[in-house]
Amino acid sequence: MKYYATKVSPKGNIAVDDTILVKDVVTTAGSRILDGFKPLFSAEAVTRLEEKGYTVAGKTNVGEFGLDLVGEFSYYAPQEEKLQGSAATLVKNGDVEAALGVDMNGSTRRAATLAGVDFLKPTYGTVSRYGVISCAASGEQIGVYAKDAEKVAEIMGVIAGHDDKDGTSLKNETYDYGITDVKGKKVALNKYLLDKADDETKAKVMAFADSLRANGVEVTEISCDMVEIANTAWQILMCAETCNNVSRYDGVKFGHRAKEYKNIDELYVNTRTEGFNFLTKAVILYGSDVLSKHRYKDCFDKSLRIRRVVAEGLQKAFQEFDAILTPVCSKSEYEAYDIKDAFGKVFEESVFTAVPNLIGIPAIVTNGVQLMGNHFSESTLLSLAHSVEKEDK
Amino acid sequence: MKYELVMGLETHVELSTESKIFCSCGGHSAANEPNDCVCPACSGMPGMLPVMNKRVVELAVTAGLMLNCNINRYTTFDKKNYYYPDLPCAYQITQINHPICTDGCVTLKTSEGTRDIRIKQIHMEEDAGKLVHSGNSSFVDFNRTSVPLIEIVTQPDFRSAEEVVTYLNKLKSMFRSSGISECEEGAMRCDVNISVRPVGSTEFGVRTEIKNMASFEAIERAIKYESQRHMDALEYEIEELVQETRRFDDVSGKTFAMRNKETEADYRYFPDANLMPIIIDDAWLEKIKANKPVAVDEKAEQYREYGISEKEIDMLISNHKIAKMLDDIIAMGCNPKDTATWILTDCAGVLRKDGKTLNDLTMTAETFATIIKMVDSGEINRNAGKKVLIAVVEDNADPVTFVKEQGLDKKFDSSAIDSVIDKVIAQNEKAVADYKSGKEKALMSIFGACMKELRGAGDPAVIKELLEKKLKA
Repeated sequence: MKYYATKVSPKGNIAVDDTILVKDVVTTAGSRILDGFKPLFSAEAVTRLEEKGYTVAGKTNVGEFGLDLVGEFSYYAPQEEKLQGSAATLVKNGDVEAALGVDMNGSTRRAATLAGVDFLKPTYGTVSRYGVISCAASGEQIGVYAKDAEKVAEIMGVIAGHDDKDGTSLKNETYDYGITDVKGKKVALNKYLLDKADDETKAKVMAFADSLRANGVEVTEISCDMVEIANTAWQILMCAETCNNVSRYDGVKFGHRAKEYKNIDELYVNTRTEGFNFLTKAVILYGSDVLSKHRYKDCFDKSLRIRRVVAEGLQKAFQEFDAILTPVCSKSEYEAYDIKDAFGKVFEESVFTAVPNLIGIPAIVTNGVQLMGNHFSESTLLSLAHSVEKEDK
Repeated sequence: MKYELVMGLETHVELSTESKIFCSCGGHSAANEPNDCVCPACSGMPGMLPVMNKRVVELAVTAGLMLNCNINRYTTFDKKNYYYPDLPCAYQITQINHPICTDGCVTLKTSEGTRDIRIKQIHMEEDAGKLVHSGNSSFVDFNRTSVPLIEIVTQPDFRSAEEVVTYLNKLKSMFRSSGISECEEGAMRCDVNISVRPVGSTEFGVRTEIKNMASFEAIERAIKYESQRHMDALEYEIEELVQETRRFDDVSGKTFAMRNKETEADYRYFPDANLMPIIIDDAWLEKIKANKPVAVDEKAEQYREYGISEKEIDMLISNHKIAKMLDDIIAMGCNPKDTATWILTDCAGVLRKDGKTLNDLTMTAETFATIIKMVDSGEINRNAGKKVLIAVVEDNADPVTFVKEQGLDKKFDSSAIDSVIDKVIAQNEKAVADYKSGKEKALMSIFGACMKELRGAGDPAVIKELLEKKLKA
């Protein structure tokens, strides 16, 4: 199977998703539009890892711009190969210790779930976005795939911290990723999302809740349907920002350029028609529509308001609970499907993953379930994950 | 019917910063080769993020203070989407929802008295690159991409082309004197929104916008052409006016339609998530206020009190560097009026001979003050002072050493002048005889010979008087 888009070093112990720049190594974000693009610099997260002695093994295949479910629609690896998160699979197989991926609309968390590895989507602003092939600037963050919470914490400790090159980077130099005792912690299980999942997934979540209880954690069921409106808002913002950020791929400067064109308009149209896949085009059209004059107020602007309402609602929940437990996907197995259905499918599945992207809170995937917590609560999330992982070993 | 002209202006001004608005690329100049001043950020490569240049905020606030605006303590950036090859990201970063300055006012003096023009807002934005066309190909030059601009938007308060030009000249001298912008050719560009209505009417007529004009002369011609077109359309109903964007053609002196309201692009503005809102706190605002140069009007008034001529004041307030040199020299104790003449007449004249301007002057204010003080104290005469000035400007000479070497100071006592005059009279018997026989002109040749012998030292008026006295004796 074609896990690597580009192999870099056989001695490498870190894989880097192809949405993150590594200097002089072809980086395409899984899209033909960036065919042959060689970055002039590495992402800050990659540089920090290299400075601490980690080596990049290679660039892992991603679905075009990370917009799909689990990396199935990469221009460089056909879906038939059942590409279910290349980086996640490499970590699962033990080929690399850890991997970096950009969590923008949940594809990394879903891939980690299918592969059965951990993935942490950290608090927005804690890891520099310098060197990320940006789509949805307001919600994307580099996260870490690893076999267990301890390894995730180790890598996070290296890559997190203020970076002058990113205006959205928070000022703190370090953050707490310490793994501590979880006895007495309070976790809410969102029954609303649980009911949307298949039986096998449900069983996984319930088993995880039981393990937490066994470790002295108090687990309470709640039903929060705010995730629906949060998801709609995030899909609107995500599509709008993506539409804008991929506008720069026009064939004028780098990447793919159509061979046939008679004028500048044809150069744009032909290049972008050939360069983007069906899902990206759908996202561009949707994003373009919600930003248009007649829709802005009711779609984009309203989504910004919803973002604030959701953030306030969750703040209340986090006064009572240390974390919220949910499934990551509706199904426990991946099934191949037609790209023409992708936009709707991704929209639907993102109801499980959208809240952390929308309001910038952290979320960890472990044992095929998801725990989300308040801003800067990574230490708690890692500790909860570790408490269950420890038993499994 | 009598018509009234109603206009509003959008003026783009390139700021004089050392680096671009969102990256550390240096400022460009005409001397640069295409794409010399370009980095991954300003060429739109993926992975780069914009980082705000604080100096741009400070200059925009300074402009706002000079135009009596409210300074908004919370200001944000938005993205404006459109495709054009000179726009590397296919969006321009600008300010729509929370511009940095709003609600200002500027007072103009025109031939019809004073007029207040309300400023709607000032916002910060990045410039685009430029296309170079050659044969069948076009090339893109990103040197100008992301160069910081402020756009100053007025209310529809202009009633004549004269007012517009007066306003633009005022902005220009304001920005030059404060170091906000050099306002060089092309660094100040203007869009004019124009409509006409019957005198007495309070409703606005159909508005057209003439885009992107760089010379004041073109702006004046464009306004005159376009307003006449509007009036003709209303008066004779030869064409229907539509709201549209037009372009002024410098050669024909006419405006042409570019796009109308229906085909107007939807720029899909939305907030830029890569740039956090900028908060201007009290401390920062106070710091900017403290560094704000004296307002042009106050400065001009001060110069007027010194007795400096209006023409010289105009030159001074439009040139920040020279005004500062004048202020520095005055601060060292030199006479303001004399100093202005020394700089603007004598020094400018010396530079002009070599095809240079005052902007090329490398002399320090201290050196200049030394020369002026030697003249003021009577140590050397004004002619000698000018010689010293030439030597300093052209050969970078030290004024004190130069005066000693040339003996410009020694010959100044009247006994020295006396003996030189006696010597010259003795050497020019023919001219002396001519003069004595009534040829007045002969005096000038004897006088010239004296000055030559004195090598320019001494007061010419005193020398002439002495000479005449001796010849008549």
